[in-house]
Amino acid sequence: MRPVDPRLLRLPRLRRYLVAVVCSGVLAALLVVAQASALAQVVAAGVAGRLDRAALVAVVAAVALRAALHVASGIVAARTAAAVKADLRDAVLAEATGRGPEWLAGQRAGELATLVGRGVDAMDAYLTGYLPQLVLGMTVPVAVLVRIAWADPASAVIVGVTLPLLPIFAILVGWQTRSRTERQWRLLSRLGGHFLDMLGGMATLRSFGRARAQVEVVRVMADRYRGATMRTLRLAFLSALVLELVATVSVALVAVPVGLRLVGGSLTLPVALVVLLLAPEAYAPLRAAGAQFHASQEGLSAAADVFAVIESPVAPTRALAAARLPDPATAELVFDGVTARCLTGVSFTVRPGERVALTGPSGGGKSTLLALVLGFLAPAGGRVLAGGADLSTVDLAEWRARLAWVPQRPHLFAATVAANIRLGAPDAALAEVRDAARAAHADGFIQGLPGGYETVLGERGYGLSSGQRQRVALARAFLRIGAVPHALVLLDEPTARLDAQSEAAVLAGSAELVAGRTALLVAHRPALVAVADRVLRVADGTVREAPAGVRA
Amino acid sequence: MFAAFLAALTDLAGVGLLATAAWLIARAAERPPLIALSVAIVAVRTLAIGKGTLRYVERLVGHDAALRVLAKLRTRVYATLSAGGTSLPHGDLLARLVSDVDGVQDALLRCAIPAGVAVLVAVATVGFTAAYLPAAALVLATGMLLAGLVLPVAAYAIAAGAARRTATVRGGYLAASVDVLHGAADLAAFGATGTALARARDESTGLARLTRAAGTAGSAVGAVSVPVPALTAVGVCLLATRAPGLNPVMVAVLSLVALAAVEAVLPLTGAAVRLADLRGSLERVRALLRQGSAPAGSLRVRDGITVDGPVEASVLSGPVDIRLDGVSARYADDRELALDRLDLDLPAGRRVAVVGPSGAGKSTLLGVLAGTVPPAAGTVAVNARTEEPAQRWRIAGGVLADGYVFHATMRENLTLGRPGLPDGQLLDALRTAGLRSAPEDLDRTLGEDGAQVSGGQRQRLLLARALLAPPPVLLLDEPTEGLDPAAADEVLGQALAAVPGHTVVLVTHRLADLSAFDEVLVLADGRVAQRGRHADLLTEPGWYADWARGGDLQTWRSTVT
Repeated sequence: MRPVDPRLLRLPRLRRYLVAVVCSGVLAALLVVAQASALAQVVAAGVAGRLDRAALVAVVAAVALRAALHVASGIVAARTAAAVKADLRDAVLAEATGRGPEWLAGQRAGELATLVGRGVDAMDAYLTGYLPQLVLGMTVPVAVLVRIAWADPASAVIVGVTLPLLPIFAILVGWQTRSRTERQWRLLSRLGGHFLDMLGGMATLRSFGRARAQVEVVRVMADRYRGATMRTLRLAFLSALVLELVATVSVALVAVPVGLRLVGGSLTLPVALVVLLLAPEAYAPLRAAGAQFHASQEGLSAAADVFAVIESPVAPTRALAAARLPDPATAELVFDGVTARCLTGVSFTVRPGERVALTGPSGGGKSTLLALVLGFLAPAGGRVLAGGADLSTVDLAEWRARLAWVPQRPHLFAATVAANIRLGAPDAALAEVRDAARAAHADGFIQGLPGGYETVLGERGYGLSSGQRQRVALARAFLRIGAVPHALVLLDEPTARLDAQSEAAVLAGSAELVAGRTALLVAHRPALVAVADRVLRVADGTVREAPAGVRA
Repeated sequence: MFAAFLAALTDLAGVGLLATAAWLIARAAERPPLIALSVAIVAVRTLAIGKGTLRYVERLVGHDAALRVLAKLRTRVYATLSAGGTSLPHGDLLARLVSDVDGVQDALLRCAIPAGVAVLVAVATVGFTAAYLPAAALVLATGMLLAGLVLPVAAYAIAAGAARRTATVRGGYLAASVDVLHGAADLAAFGATGTALARARDESTGLARLTRAAGTAGSAVGAVSVPVPALTAVGVCLLATRAPGLNPVMVAVLSLVALAAVEAVLPLTGAAVRLADLRGSLERVRALLRQGSAPAGSLRVRDGITVDGPVEASVLSGPVDIRLDGVSARYADDRELALDRLDLDLPAGRRVAVVGPSGAGKSTLLGVLAGTVPPAAGTVAVNARTEEPAQRWRIAGGVLADGYVFHATMRENLTLGRPGLPDGQLLDALRTAGLRSAPEDLDRTLGEDGAQVSGGQRQRLLLARALLAPPPVLLLDEPTEGLDPAAADEVLGQALAAVPGHTVVLVTHRLADLSAFDEVLVLADGRVAQRGRHADLLTEPGWYADWARGGDLQTWRSTVT
């Protein structure tokens, strides 16, 4: 159990916050002692039938100061938590995009979405609750102990002996529960993914009559979650039980002898009351910290996940050796013994202006070849060269600006249709956007949308059919080609979702646009293969020239 | 409720401990014989141990109850969504279901239970005080009301406003982060990563500003509650001091009871803030559940991702005839009709191909048949009876546009319709669908929405899955997408041969050999432009004949070059 993740302390904002928390913790401890002492005076005087005005004023002053301190530290905590959370969120997204799309493929994107949402929010409990309470747990007992020792050394001995039991037990139990808590967070994270998966596939589940069966799965998963949580809690609360017992029994241990010594006359009532009021205060903050420990662990786990993303070593930083960027108009694209994923030692050359079709069975590595050109994927062996420059050494952003890519399953953003087409050229005029859309045969259906080009799409382009999405993606590429005349065109089965008529038209437009440009086309359909000057067959990890006359 | 009762007992034990100790000390100060103190001494010790033990039991009972509710809620939320067929965006759904539903658990633990405790503690302590000194009971009641009702209500009001404002911004941030994470490839390729990141950063900054304001307001209310216990105790003490005939020992006891009682209800202010945060979640969950629900039997769950278990039985095992009469349908209320007064007769075993430009309504027609798109007008009759669309899956299904590949093994994805099929049969189905696979491939885990599967593979995986559990009416939406023409024709032929006697509706925009179909339907703008047999349509001038020619490689080439 580590109360503070050392990686958190590297954030300057958090270091300043810790200083503030410690200062306010010391002040709060002094005020707790002052308030209890004054209150004991008031009550003792009351028992004697008197009114102690000075003590009364002291109580009021102490509580007023405590209230003021509460506001001040609350504001600081809220500011810090908000700022730290925003910083960590930004850092995760920046790092994730820095690592590239291939790293994010699979379930990781969903997991990170959970992390920056719910995960980071869980840090609130840690930053604004647990951390200040932990500091109070150190300052208040010391102040209380000093005050009790001054009033009645015998009671101070009892408190002083039992007090250390709290952290000792807490640490012992914490060791036991830590790994379980972390596991629970993983389980919760997986459950989030499970929910997403089940809901995303709801239509499919229903079509197979399995939606109701999955209801049971969801229930079983939630039950497992309950089981795992309760197992953790039985242990976690055990520490609370121990702390509570130590605290209450200690109060009893203090109160009884104090009472007996009062009878004996060796102690006065005001002193006895001070001891009685202060004794529970010595244990309270530590117990409160213990109670918040569980909630804070989720935040700490999330913080650990965040640091795992933003601090783990990335692929060796790219040495930007090539000062001059290859121009697709004149550059040769060379695959030199490239090994990546299912491809082994692939070599071939695409000459400038040449349009090459890639055919072959699904999963053969055609899309992998495009990912290599896009720089989403670094070859495990060999090199991809453009105009003699190794792609692993060029500025990828600059290089990608010279590519026009139409992916197999484009992502559409929760923005207007026009903004989706403008993805690569945010400043493009509406006329240019419409030209691109027209070339992609998207203008017609976009005009038919309720808001035309300004129609706002739902998350992930919700509201458009797959054929329409594909044409929006095509329009993006056309807009890029309009801005960068010699862009290298990468088409990943762009017409797979279009009907034959618009396919023919799109292909005619494409043929015009790829003329004089270098292009790599993943293609199955003869109509697209026909646009190519050369056909390569990608299969069994290799790339072979398709024999003349054999298309596809 | 039991948990709240236990919790109240715990808190009362705490109050009692302090009160008994105070009595002990105050009485001892009067130097009575020791025997007079012995009961109090035993009581102090018993209360001390009892309180700790009670607390432990109470917390376990409370959490278990809350987690049970959570499990039920997750199930009901899923069941409701699966029954209602509402489609919601991804990132939003994830955020909502995880955090809204967890919010209900929080509301129970941190709001409902403490509120119950506060009422019980207040009744007990005010009653106790009133027995000795009614005026002091009034002071205590005032303090309890302030700390347990007025301040929590104020805190709730302040925080609810902040939470309302935060919810929208939070949704905006989540949408932005989903775009950055799920759209990473598109963003990178078009150099728009920076813009999307900047948008997400703006959203997170806005969110930070709002949460900061909410935190500040909350701590201000919390600060007001800090002085309440001590001031209540002082008030009670002053009254007790002046009360004629009150045993002086009771001055100390009543003062300390007041202090401990008010302190016990202080957490309610924090609970109210929490409840305000949760209000939106609670309302959304409630609204969602109002739509209805459906529980289920029991089955085996493997690794929580997929299942082994019963498939709901098809009601109709015999031949199924479907008839569409004047069916119209639209995607959304504000969109034009995607299907316009369509008639279609599908006697059992009939094979119909649907072609036409994209957006012509082909997938909508399949949606109507599958029951996922409700007709805006017209009737769908199954065996001459009008059937509930919700039950249509029992009759019609297959490879649909929204076909989903689960984050699970290939085997689990394939056996969705018929769990427990032998591997040999799975491999056969994959082969029929044109996907050559080795036995060990069946154990491969496929990514979220099949991200680790290529587009063509995905479509063929869906086809194999449909062939393993073919419904009486098999709907195939572009099953051979991504295949070259020869392979596509072969796969289609194999697939049709694998389901003799089943009605088949094929949607395609690829030129395939459609001569095996009883009817070819050409859709344009939601209406039937042409219909008839392949051979007849070829000779009839119109869209189909043009399309057939356009698909011919040689002819097409000569028009381009």
